[in-house]
Amino acid sequence: MREFLWLVPLLPLIGSVTLMLGAGRLTMRLAGTIGAVSVGLAAILAFTIAAGFLTNPPAGSVYQQTLWHWLNVGGVSATFGLRLDPLSLVMMLVITGVGFLIHLFATEYMEGEDGYGRFFAHLNLFVAAMLLLVLADNFLALYTGWEGVGLGSYLLIGFWWRDPANGLAARKAFIVTRIGDTALFLGLLLITSHLGTLNIADAMQHATQSWPIGSPIATLAAFLLLGGAVGKSAQLPLQTWLPDAMVGPTPVSALIHAATMVTAGVYLIARTHALFLLAPAALLTVGIIGGATLLLAGFSALAQNDIKRILAYSTMSQIGYMFLALGVGAWDAALFHLMTHAFFKALLFLSAGAITMRLHHEQDIFKMGGLARRLPVAFWSFLIGSAALAALPLVTAGFYSKEAILSGAWAGGTSGRVLWLAGVVGAFMTGLYIFRAVFIVFFGEEHGHVSGRYGWRITTPLAVLSVLAVLGGLIEVPPVFGHVTLLSNLLAPVLPATKEVTDITPLLLASLAALLGIALAALFYWRPTQRPAETPLWRFWHAAGGFDWLYNRVLVRPVLWAARVNSDDFIDSFYDVIAWATKAIHQQVRRTQNGRVRWYTAGLAIGSVSLIAIAVLL
Amino acid sequence: MANVPLDQGLLLAAILFALGLTGVLVRRNLLFMLMSLEVMLNAAGIAFIVAGARWAAPDGQIMFIFVLTFAAAEVSVGLALILLIHRQNPMLDADAGDRLRG
Repeated sequence: MREFLWLVPLLPLIGSVTLMLGAGRLTMRLAGTIGAVSVGLAAILAFTIAAGFLTNPPAGSVYQQTLWHWLNVGGVSATFGLRLDPLSLVMMLVITGVGFLIHLFATEYMEGEDGYGRFFAHLNLFVAAMLLLVLADNFLALYTGWEGVGLGSYLLIGFWWRDPANGLAARKAFIVTRIGDTALFLGLLLITSHLGTLNIADAMQHATQSWPIGSPIATLAAFLLLGGAVGKSAQLPLQTWLPDAMVGPTPVSALIHAATMVTAGVYLIARTHALFLLAPAALLTVGIIGGATLLLAGFSALAQNDIKRILAYSTMSQIGYMFLALGVGAWDAALFHLMTHAFFKALLFLSAGAITMRLHHEQDIFKMGGLARRLPVAFWSFLIGSAALAALPLVTAGFYSKEAILSGAWAGGTSGRVLWLAGVVGAFMTGLYIFRAVFIVFFGEEHGHVSGRYGWRITTPLAVLSVLAVLGGLIEVPPVFGHVTLLSNLLAPVLPATKEVTDITPLLLASLAALLGIALAALFYWRPTQRPAETPLWRFWHAAGGFDWLYNRVLVRPVLWAARVNSDDFIDSFYDVIAWATKAIHQQVRRTQNGRVRWYTAGLAIGSVSLIAIAVLL
Repeated sequence: MANVPLDQGLLLAAILFALGLTGVLVRRNLLFMLMSLEVMLNAAGIAFIVAGARWAAPDGQIMFIFVLTFAAAEVSVGLALILLIHRQNPMLDADAGDRLRG
């Protein structure tokens, strides 16, 4: 089956092209079927390939498939090839599996919307680009996928384009991530020009051989790649686009802005970990960015009233955990958390979508309330997702993955201990903010009018993701509880091993922090609560530390000012002078065209006499 | 037949040509301009004749016959044009026909 790997990204692409060409001619039912089935087939194929990969692994756990030669110019050659190794295998399964469930959910969620076919065309395009990103064996194809997911994200955030605010949010997401993309592109150029190859595996091997640890060039390259990663993954300082991206349809938020695209940065760093190991400064920065982002986003999530913005900040915070894990060298823990996060965050977004679709798209949590009895399906799935997000000990997937990260940080020396502390505070905040939302939304007084029922296309994805959010963590269990290491065994050929921690202290403290957060949330929000007062502190965290304000002042306004000042394009004035001079001379010269025969004759005579004189005399 | 010196003959031709050109430039009456044009043509003819006599070559006389033929053709076309212009503007003023002014 392995040789059909190329079909995995191609199937969603075919679906996308079909939907685009058939725009306006396909019925809603057919468009939804094409959209969901193309990803579903890709998922089936991916799982079949994975089964073959696990039972009968290829040599070196790497399966390379070269499709064609892309370019061969001046010593740089790029083959268009796919590379299946445990890292891309995990990513491929998450993307196609969770992607299919979200597509299925969306077929019902988006029913009756204008542009139903367009929605699935863009969603399929996104999945195809994301699969290309993770399966690419060279930097050029990776970058193509990287930009492809950016395009998909832009198109889908601005899906409801009739509201200019949505277009603005889409542009913001595109431009902010573009800053990171530019850094990534420069990094790729640097790597390619110095190492002479576009192939990722070769480049990493050459880098290890030719660059010493801590050399400036390796550090520069690592920092440039990190720039790309923080842009795509919404980490400090390029995090401002993610909360605004929530204006897109909820399945989009679940797929792109929670489960897959925003984890591309984590994937990139894991994929190029050899380079980051050569640049300890960059690696430490990864951890610090992760720690800072998870705290900032955790506090901000507590000051939000919009259910989707709470989840957006929570996503930023959880990706901060993954960056933290990468920073302390707990590579497989980062991947593990990426996977479980994809499960429970997709579940949270989908159940949030399920709630809002029954409340006429009301997203303010203070206008909900008492929904536990009225929407039991959404309640239980949101509760399970929240428990997994808050890392409720033992029974949730989030507990095992977060525990893996925190124990990795614990083992990471002094800087690791500091980051560990940030992670524990973050765990406390996570329990607090998500259960604040749970209590306000599902308990207390009943607000709002609930109408309609859920079809099977809503309930099935919620049920499957709920099961995954609970059981997904059992593939990697710490030594204390039985020592299962399925995932780290799988990833061992591609990622360096993490130090084993047998100490039970960090685990206990982190569990306690999470439980304390949940308990505090219960204490504060169990009874019906009022909308929070707009104190300066609340406003500060509501605006996520005022980064938007700062960037507006420092970047956006000066650029707009410069654009306004130069709106006449002063370089153009040079050409304007030429045009003006030509016109003026023309005005003078046209006086000679007076229509008088004698005048022309005189000109003719003077001209010929002059010419003859010149010819004779010179 | 007395031999006319080359320089004197050419001087005569030049004077006649200059007179004709002056006439074309100065006169505003189309008929007089046409007549001045004839003078210029004949000046050219004299130059051919004198040059032909100087080198005892028949080419000069042949060219003069050409010039003569050309003059006749030119006059016929010119007169026809003048007649047409006269129908529109009886004054025959060359400067009045400046409708092609730029």
